[in-house]
Amino acid sequence: MELLIFYPLAGFCVLMGLGVIISSSPINSALSLIAMMMGLAGVFVLQQAHFLAILQIIVYAGAIMVLFMFVIMLLNLKSAEEDTWSIRPQNTYVSVLTGFLALGALYKIACVISQAKLDSPAAVPDDFGTVVRVGTTLFTDFVLPFEVASILLLAAMVGAVVLAKNKID
Amino acid sequence: MFVDFLITLVKILFIFGVTVGFFAPVLTWVERKQSAIMQDRIGANRADILGFTAFGLFHIIADALKMFTKEDFIPRGANKALHTLSPIVALIPALITFAVIPFGGVYTLFGKEVNLVISDLDVGLLFIFAVASIATYGYVIAGWSSNNNWSLLGSIRVAAQMISYEVTMGLTIIGILMVYGTMRLTEIGAIQEDFWRWGIFLQPVGFFLFFAASIAENKRIPFDAPEAESELVAGYFTEYSGLKFGMFFMAEFVEMVTIGAIVTLLFFGGWNLPFVTMDGILSMFDFLGETGANIIALLIHVGVFFAKVCFFIFFQMIVRWTLPRFRYDQIMKLGWKILLPLSLANILITGAVILALE
Repeated sequence: MELLIFYPLAGFCVLMGLGVIISSSPINSALSLIAMMMGLAGVFVLQQAHFLAILQIIVYAGAIMVLFMFVIMLLNLKSAEEDTWSIRPQNTYVSVLTGFLALGALYKIACVISQAKLDSPAAVPDDFGTVVRVGTTLFTDFVLPFEVASILLLAAMVGAVVLAKNKID
Repeated sequence: MFVDFLITLVKILFIFGVTVGFFAPVLTWVERKQSAIMQDRIGANRADILGFTAFGLFHIIADALKMFTKEDFIPRGANKALHTLSPIVALIPALITFAVIPFGGVYTLFGKEVNLVISDLDVGLLFIFAVASIATYGYVIAGWSSNNNWSLLGSIRVAAQMISYEVTMGLTIIGILMVYGTMRLTEIGAIQEDFWRWGIFLQPVGFFLFFAASIAENKRIPFDAPEAESELVAGYFTEYSGLKFGMFFMAEFVEMVTIGAIVTLLFFGGWNLPFVTMDGILSMFDFLGETGANIIALLIHVGVFFAKVCFFIFFQMIVRWTLPRFRYDQIMKLGWKILLPLSLANILITGAVILALE
């Protein structure tokens, strides 16, 4: 029963992921990315992680992607689609390099997964994925990484504002 | 199993009937009539059947006929697929929200517990927030796919407005979360059986912030810069006609119902009457037997809930016909420089009070 939902959902995610890199117009790429994130949220729900699924939609599909769309529209990439979006020759080397890096990372992940024991899934507590559980874990066991990450994000944000401001002045 | 399925189906049909079947069409008439009264006009009274006008109620039928029979026009150069998709994306989230909104408590009918919510999610409050943010795409894509500069400008305004006011909305929700200690909407409703624990007493500032932010999210006057007819023709839905326009139109009215329901649920006691507890109703109608008393309680609670929702819809309409449209920069200033600091202060003060009371 679970697989019956999982495979169409996973297939949808992969399809949309392909859509992100294949489609030639930026807006279609962005929309595919949003659809893929919704699919991923569905996968999270299948794993009983409702809180995580909702956060996925709020933060990524809801907030960050709206910003993406906003920027795409503001620059109006539609009119100059050809030259802004196609691969420029000077970018080819970078593209090939990142492609190989990504392939290497994927290979490493595949190695780790193939070595992991999948026959005996760890027992999942009843309240797994609930708000209370995630919150308690985040603010007890992982409080230091959590706070460090938030400070890092704040620093990045302030840095971006400072850089942009210098350019305007 | 089968009975559970049947109960869920009845609940879904009820919600659909109430929002799409009753509220959305009737509200178009209410808005016309109310604007006419507020502007001292006679208003909506032209559509008649054999001379009967029924206070202009036949305008609903006339509207529907017009939308169904109008040509579905897609401008040249528009992205056809996205042009068709966007009204759907705009309307569906407005309806999905009702999946987690409880319109009554828990009742024992014929020995079976019936919870008057379609899906009692652990993260119900966040679910509403997530779904609302998805609706944005409907409006954003609409302007983009129309191949029209006014539409595009309208869409950019929608995106900017949503980003700005979602922050305030999210921070207000944190205040509610701190007070009630749960995200399950049925629990939030149940806590408010005690009149002095209604959201309006616990989060008075939160109510005003939330209400302002939600009107801004629904893009109604005074926040209707995305569809400002004096500047952008009709904003993001300029190039829409027929039933597709009708879907945008319907989405706005359904969202008004949604906002009314959420405000009722979070700040005005949900389905509870002040000073009347569930046990009180049950003991008063004890002579009808357990199921009978529960049915009476159910009817009272659902009636009270929708009466409150109607009041807040009415309130939104009064706001619409009272205030002028804000200028675009004023909307941004209000969002970032006034509402955002206020909502942060609200969280701080709520936290301090909770700490002091402990």
